[in-house]
Amino acid sequence: MTAVSTPPTTPTRPRRTGTPQASVLYDAPGPRARRMTVIASVVVTVVILVGAWFLVIQPLSEKGQFAYKLWGPIIDPSNKDFYAVWQRLGQGARATLIAAALAIVSALVFGTLLAVLRIQLKELARRRYAGMSAPVALGLRGLTVVLNAVTRFCVEVFRGLPVVITIFFVARGLPEFGFDLATVWYLVIGLTIYNMVVIAEILRSGMEGLPRGQREAAASIGLSPLQTTRLVLLPQAFRIMLPALISQLVVVLKDTSLGFIISYEELLNVARQLTQVLHNPLQMYFVVGVFFILVNYTLSKLAGYTQRRLARRGYRAAHVPPTALAAQADAGGGGGP
Amino acid sequence: MNILVDRFGDFAGGFWVTLQICIVAGVGALLVGTIMAVLRISPVAPLRAVGTAYVTVFRNVPLTVVLFFMAFGLPVLGSSARFLAIPGLDAIFTRLGTDLPYFRFAVIGLSLYTGAFVCEALRSGVNAVAAGQAEAARAIGLTFTQNLRHVILPQAWKAAIVPLGSVIIAMIKNSALVGFFGVTGDLSQTADNLVSGEGLALIPVFIGVSLGYLILTVPLGILLDRVERRSVTA
Repeated sequence: MTAVSTPPTTPTRPRRTGTPQASVLYDAPGPRARRMTVIASVVVTVVILVGAWFLVIQPLSEKGQFAYKLWGPIIDPSNKDFYAVWQRLGQGARATLIAAALAIVSALVFGTLLAVLRIQLKELARRRYAGMSAPVALGLRGLTVVLNAVTRFCVEVFRGLPVVITIFFVARGLPEFGFDLATVWYLVIGLTIYNMVVIAEILRSGMEGLPRGQREAAASIGLSPLQTTRLVLLPQAFRIMLPALISQLVVVLKDTSLGFIISYEELLNVARQLTQVLHNPLQMYFVVGVFFILVNYTLSKLAGYTQRRLARRGYRAAHVPPTALAAQADAGGGGGP
Repeated sequence: MNILVDRFGDFAGGFWVTLQICIVAGVGALLVGTIMAVLRISPVAPLRAVGTAYVTVFRNVPLTVVLFFMAFGLPVLGSSARFLAIPGLDAIFTRLGTDLPYFRFAVIGLSLYTGAFVCEALRSGVNAVAAGQAEAARAIGLTFTQNLRHVILPQAWKAAIVPLGSVIIAMIKNSALVGFFGVTGDLSQTADNLVSGEGLALIPVFIGVSLGYLILTVPLGILLDRVERRSVTA
């Protein structure tokens, strides 16, 4: 309840208030409007506090949710379970971060490869193979068309599938085909499949959004298409799309919590195991929620910061493709810039 | 591949339950999101703070945690969310009125979670309207509501439709998670049941369940691409 923010801060500085959209909807407030907002703010604050008391705090305390038995193991260092609980939570948090780090790195690597592949295929589809015999040229063109269709199909399928389903079937399928891996790898592979597709789309639209002159200049100094992509397009796409990529990191981090469906011992799963002993689900999940909010909020801020920095250095605001936006709301869903 | 044909009933049933969840939760999310968006753009600072806090919390917490809160937290508080068993509505969406609360919990969780993203989509729409538009509207003497109805909202809506669609697509995919939180018979729980319970072959089940989700998400995605391309060229 940050409702205590003192009323005068908003109306006294009409144009430059914290929320820019206010200026679209409302004129700069005059003395009367300012008085009204102050009164409304005070009334609303009181209503919120009273409402929070009667609707949240009181029912919770009536159900005994503030009892020491439930909170003690989490907040009281002298409690006998305190260290064991936090040690487990620490292990869980580490497992979460490890899975997220592995997934994001591999998703970046494979996503970049996929993006380059798709750009190259698109380039090749335009080639006519002049100077080769007709059947060879036709065969090569057919091959690129087929490869193009296959990659496009894979992208659409894995973008449209829930990550949970991908992870579930990876965890069930790989052992069946003889790949017995540690649980963390099933989670990482599942997350990678989904996120590499999303990242590839982010990068691809970044590369296609670059001015045509970039490509033409590269061609005119004699770079091959692959060199053009590698040396000219990709670095710029990375820079422009950096905020979207950082947001994707938030998504990955949130999605690691799906590990519980394949019994990977990440933070949420550990918390669930602890609640079976301590019987304090509300309190335990509260702690988990706070952890995720802290980490993800920091990452979102970082994304916003990089975006502002890039804007300052003259890169026009990246056109974030709908795929990237969709990704933000994903099972994970993350704070965008 | 016979499984796809033989067990078509299971897949179709799962599809129907998933569709029900998506419709109810989608409406709920739009409601929650609109309310939060109004709060976030209101001139009263405490209301804005409430909206901001809501969005910050639900955007940064995994849906899994939200659903855990619903499935394990609400029963502790003695609630089974009976208020969602709205007469008339529970005739169409029969799961809303059942004794088992998990469908209702899932709907609440999904709505609350998606609502935060709906709020941001709507807000980005309002932000996309140039300040000069509203200033011009005020200058020619339109009142606040006229301004909103004839100038701001039509433009904001146009800018919000693509992000809003992406949020709905994401919600459909997220709904797969509820099968692991006590909702029986939706697509993902059907998959789990057929694979773990009955030991059917993986690949056909995977194809069947995937088709169920892709039928919902891919056409919507293509439609959105169209809308976006048109709005860019226009």
